Amino acid sequence: MVETNNLLPARYRGPGDRVFKTVIVLFSSVIILLAIGTALVIYLEARPTFRAFGYWNFLTETTWDPVAAVHGALPFIIGTLLTSFAALALAVVPALGVAIFTTEYAPWWIAQIINYTVDLLAAIPSVVIGLWGIFNFAPMMRERFYTPIYNWAYEDAEWLVPIIGAPSTYNFVTATIILALMIVPYTVALSRDAIGQVPREQREAAWALGATRWEVMRKAVLPYARTGIVAGILLSLARALGETMAVAMLIGNSNRVPFTLFGPAATMPSVIINEFREAVETLHYSSIMAVGFYLFIVTISINLLASYVQQKLSITKGGL
Amino acid sequence: MTLKARYARDAIIQIVMVLLTALVVIPLFIIIGYVVINGISALNMDFFTQELGSPARAMRGRPTGLVHSITGTIVIDLVALVMAVPFGIATGIMMSEYQEHPLSPVARLMTSTLNGMPAVLMGLLAYGLVVKNTGGFSALAGSVALAFVMIPIIARTTESVLRVTPWGLREAGLSLGIPRWKVTTSLVLPAARAGVVTGILIAFARAAGEAAPLLLTSFGNNYFSLDMTRPMDTLPQRLYSLAISPYKQWHAMGWGGAIILLLFVMITFLVGRLVIRRMERQMEQ
Repeated sequence: MVETNNLLPARYRGPGDRVFKTVIVLFSSVIILLAIGTALVIYLEARPTFRAFGYWNFLTETTWDPVAAVHGALPFIIGTLLTSFAALALAVVPALGVAIFTTEYAPWWIAQIINYTVDLLAAIPSVVIGLWGIFNFAPMMRERFYTPIYNWAYEDAEWLVPIIGAPSTYNFVTATIILALMIVPYTVALSRDAIGQVPREQREAAWALGATRWEVMRKAVLPYARTGIVAGILLSLARALGETMAVAMLIGNSNRVPFTLFGPAATMPSVIINEFREAVETLHYSSIMAVGFYLFIVTISINLLASYVQQKLSITKGGL
Repeated sequence: MTLKARYARDAIIQIVMVLLTALVVIPLFIIIGYVVINGISALNMDFFTQELGSPARAMRGRPTGLVHSITGTIVIDLVALVMAVPFGIATGIMMSEYQEHPLSPVARLMTSTLNGMPAVLMGLLAYGLVVKNTGGFSALAGSVALAFVMIPIIARTTESVLRVTPWGLREAGLSLGIPRWKVTTSLVLPAARAGVVTGILIAFARAAGEAAPLLLTSFGNNYFSLDMTRPMDTLPQRLYSLAISPYKQWHAMGWGGAIILLLFVMITFLVGRLVIRRMERQMEQ
C-alpha cells in the first residue's frame, strides 16, 4: 500500500479533489448503511415476535404453528445446522481433491478446463438446480435408494426405521446432497487460492529433499495453506447456511422435529420462502422476520470469523 | 517406508484425486444435459410471444409462453443495475484509491460480509423498506432488492481490478501535477475499464439468477406488465412457481425457462471470467 496523502503538497488538495472525495465517501457509505440497515429493518419487523415469545424462548421453542399463533424457530435452526454441516462434510474432501489435483497433479490445460467447469457450476442459478432436483434427482433417489433402503431396514434392521423414516420424495438427504453440490465450487475456489499462495520455494525445498508429489503436498504445501483452507471452509459453511431456493424446493417443508433422514424437514431460508407470501397474521409475518434476523446473525458471525481466521491466524499475517 | 511404497502411495493418491474431481465435475454435465434436452423441446414460437395466463389456458392447450417473464427480468434487472452501479463503483474506488480514509477498512469489511449474506435477507430488507411503505408488492421493490444484491459484488470486483492496475500509473499522473480525482477518473478507471465493466456484468448475471429476493418483492404476475409500481414477473421466480405447480404443461415450460436462464447466466459469467483473467495477466507483465 502506498501512502499518497501525506506526500501531497497543498495544491493537490484543491476543490475538485474535495468534491470528488465527498461524493465517493457519501456513495460508499451506502454499503455500510446497507449492512446496518439489514439488521435494523429486519429486527424492527421482527419485534412483535420477540415481544410475544422473548429472544431466547423463540429460539428454543419447537412448535411452529401459525394457526395456533405459536412460533418457535428451533425446527428451522436444527434443520439449517444439520443440512449445512452434513453438506459441508460431504463437500470438503472432494473439493480439496479437486483443488489439489488441479494445482499439483494435472497438466495445466486439464487444470484450466476443470477450473472453468467448477466455476460454471457455481454460476448455475439455484432455482435451476432446484428444478432439476424436483423433476429428476429427487424421484430417482427415492426409487433407486430411499425405498429399497427403507424396505431393507424394515425387514432386517428395525432399529434403523425411526432414524431414516418413511421415504418421501422431497427430504432431508436429497436437500443435503444438492446443498453439498452447490457449495463445492466455493470450497474448491477458496482452497485453490490458498494453495496457490504457497510460495514456490516451499515446494522446491521439499522436492529437493526427494519428496514425492503427495509428500510435497502433505508436508510442505497443505500446512502452509491450512489457514486459507479453514477460512474457505468457513465461507462455504456460510453459503450453505444461507442457500435458499434449491433447498426450499427439495427439503419438503415439515415444521415438526425430530426430522428423519428420508422424511421432510425445513431450514431457516426455506421457511422464509415457503411461508412469507402466505403470512397474513402479524405474528406469523414477524416470526418469519425473526427467523430472518437469526439467519442474519448466524451468517454474519461465520463470515466475520472467516475473515478473522484469514487475517490473524495466517502464517504470513495477512500480507504476503 | 521404501521408495517403491512411497511411489505406489503417490500413484494411488493421484487416482483418488482424479476420482474426486470426476465426482464434482460430472454432476454439472448431468444437470446441463437434462436442462438442455428437456428445455429445447419446450421452446417454440408461443414461448417467446405469449404470456402465461391462468392454468386453464395451458390445460386446454391454448398457446402460452413466458414472454412476460423475459421482459420482466430484463426491466427489473436493468433498473436494479442502474441503481447499483454508482454505489458499487464508488465503494470500489473508496477501497482501492482511498485506503488511508478511515471508512475504507469499514467498507471492505461490510463488502465482504454482504457478499456472503444470503440474498433472501436482501429480499426481507427490500420488503421492509419498499413494499411495506408503498402499500404493495411492486417491480420497483424487486429492483431495489436486486440492487442490494449487486452493490457488494460490483464493489468487490471494482476494487480488485483497480488494485491490479499498476501503481506507476498513479505515480506518473500525480508527478505531472494532475489532481488526484483526475488521476482516478481519467487514468486509473480507463485503464481498468474492461475489468470494471466485467464486474458489472458478473453482478448482473448473479442477480439475474436470484429468485429468493424477488419472491418477496416483485411477487410475480401471470400476465404481461411493464408497470414498475405493480407486481411483475421474472424468470427465476417464475421457474420456482412453475416447478412447484401441479400442472404437467407448466413443468415443461419450466424447463424452457431454465434453459434460457442458464444460457444467459453462464455466457455472461464465462465472458466475465475470461476478460478478468486476461486483464490480470496483462497487468502482471
